[in-house]
Amino acid sequence: MLPATLSPAAIALLDHLPALPEVLLLAGTCALMIVDLFVKSERRDATFALAYAILAGCALATLFALTLAGFDKYYLFNKLFVADLMSHLLKLAAYIAVALALAYSRRYLYDRGLLKGEFISLLLFALLGMMIMMSANSFLTLYMGLELLSLCLYSLVALNRDSAVSTEAAMKYFVLGALASGMLLYGMSMIYGASGTLNIGEVSRQVGNLSANASERTILVFGLVFMIAGVAFKLGAAPFHMWVPDVYQGAPTAITLVIGSAPKLAAFAMAIRLLVNGLLDMAVDWQQMLVVLSIASMAIGNITAIAQTNIKRMLAYSTIAHMGFMLLGLLSGVVDGNWLNKDDAYSAAMFYTVVYVLMSLGAFGMLVHLSGRGYECERLEDLKGLNRRSPWHAFIMLILMFSLAGVPPTAGFYAKLSVIYAAVAAGQIWLAVVAVLLSLVGAFYYLRVVKLMYFDEPAGDAQAIPDDRMPRMLLSANGLALLALGIMPQPLMSLCFAAIKGL
Amino acid sequence: MFETVLFYLFAAIMLVAALRVITARNPVHAAMFLVLAFFTASAIWLLLRAEFLAIALLLVYVGAVMVLFLFVVMMLDINIERLREGFWKNLPLAILVGGVMMVEMFLVLWGRVFGVAPGPTARPAEYSNTKELGRVLYTDYAFAFEIAAVVLLVAIVSAIALTLRRRKDTRRQVPAEQIRVRRADRVRLVKMPSEKE
Repeated sequence: MLPATLSPAAIALLDHLPALPEVLLLAGTCALMIVDLFVKSERRDATFALAYAILAGCALATLFALTLAGFDKYYLFNKLFVADLMSHLLKLAAYIAVALALAYSRRYLYDRGLLKGEFISLLLFALLGMMIMMSANSFLTLYMGLELLSLCLYSLVALNRDSAVSTEAAMKYFVLGALASGMLLYGMSMIYGASGTLNIGEVSRQVGNLSANASERTILVFGLVFMIAGVAFKLGAAPFHMWVPDVYQGAPTAITLVIGSAPKLAAFAMAIRLLVNGLLDMAVDWQQMLVVLSIASMAIGNITAIAQTNIKRMLAYSTIAHMGFMLLGLLSGVVDGNWLNKDDAYSAAMFYTVVYVLMSLGAFGMLVHLSGRGYECERLEDLKGLNRRSPWHAFIMLILMFSLAGVPPTAGFYAKLSVIYAAVAAGQIWLAVVAVLLSLVGAFYYLRVVKLMYFDEPAGDAQAIPDDRMPRMLLSANGLALLALGIMPQPLMSLCFAAIKGL
Repeated sequence: MFETVLFYLFAAIMLVAALRVITARNPVHAAMFLVLAFFTASAIWLLLRAEFLAIALLLVYVGAVMVLFLFVVMMLDINIERLREGFWKNLPLAILVGGVMMVEMFLVLWGRVFGVAPGPTARPAEYSNTKELGRVLYTDYAFAFEIAAVVLLVAIVSAIALTLRRRKDTRRQVPAEQIRVRRADRVRLVKMPSEKE
């Protein structure tokens, strides 16, 4: 296929092929910012077309890199960047999530006068941050990617600056996010102090030697505590969850959709890179911390969600609970020095994250879709009698709620099953029992939404559902995909397994 | 020996200044104490023979960031009483959390405090700190350096997105139009019949 002799420049270019998606995205987004200046249309047709083209180009580039590399790992840029199967798969999932978020939020933002070029460029820059985190092989790149992502999200939340609630949410998000970044950085600096390197692979090697020495070990554990706090904040796991409800409720629903979906993939990648790639030898220590985080998240999330009357706030608490379930997979990898369960447990967590992102896209996408001009669909009463008003919308929402609750045959059920199975296989029966009980508690508020949609009369002031063909079709595909993944989870599950195996 | 004395002197000044940043009642004083903390941190860096970083800290933080910060603080009308609301209510919890963290750090770092590695040895006169930093920045860490550039770009984009507001009621000059103006735009000759008294 390739010519026999290549010039050194061509070889250097080929060497950097795994980073092609990032390069395309950055160059494309810079071009998009300039193009957008000349777009006169209020609906930003050309900008949207360009954004979709960039995402499609990135997806093609990632697929190309994937087919060329297969299961091999490639280190680039002096080992600051790694391209492995997990990063490729998570990037593909992130492209889909961002493309769906763009499509769902367009009319909503247009109706509110928020559809500006900056929304699209900030969203794409956030995607770049996520991709850098997914491919990070050094504390430095991980942190830089995280900051890039967070900075974009902070300003997206504040984009509706005439709304006092949005501004307050952005302020809270910013201050708490900066605190969490500080903690993460402090933890990283402690581990750097002990191991003398920022490179994650090198850290892993050093930690293996150092953890035998008691005084070095205290420093590593000390750094680890701060690092876990930072990761838990970014995931939104209790007790670092305080920002989640306020930000989810305060941000415009379309922005909540963005925050609640793709960034979770990046946060998962961050947890894997730091804990599994870097500090697997310290698993005894972080496993116990994750147990606390997981139980607290599942309990606080599921129990507090019951009391909510605002759906966005309810879904925010549901996010906290779901992150608790995801952590259940992460903590079941290495229990009591038994490593056999590792790949199964981490791939269950990865599967859970991907499925959760699809569910969250669908649920917030539906709320965005049901909101019309000058009308926000955000109270539980707004869903009353949805079946009378539009059976199809009610049916898709039903699938989404069943999937979030974990009712078979949806993907949410299989995802919950696989993380709980991982916990049982690791011998943590009591943890699995707690998880099942708390998910039963959680089923209550998801089923309440179903009850409101199917068995209640529409409220007197119910608004007409906006007619918008494109998002409706995508929402249907999103809902049906959850059903399909629930019936045939094996392809995605085996992809996740291969990705974790290739770490 | 002399350097050790200097180190403890600067470290003590820095700690006091940092403490005053969060305890000073007047925000302008707090900002000035932050300047002092930066200044002593830069002195400690000089002791560590990191000359470039020390100068950069002074130029960037003291020279640019803090000056901007002071401007902002002076322009805002900060109501101290409202800021202090709930201070005493939250104090016990804050002391508890802070205290636990202090004890933990103390336990971990205690053994190391007196076992710190010796300071860096003196380099020959022609050794350039700046050159060394530049070399790794543009070779080993080029990727991270580029991401930092993107972060700055995002900061510009979001600052503009959040603050640029085209208000219709502001009156401003358009020099181009002022130059292009012709007599006919400004002076209108009106023909009137002559009047008698």
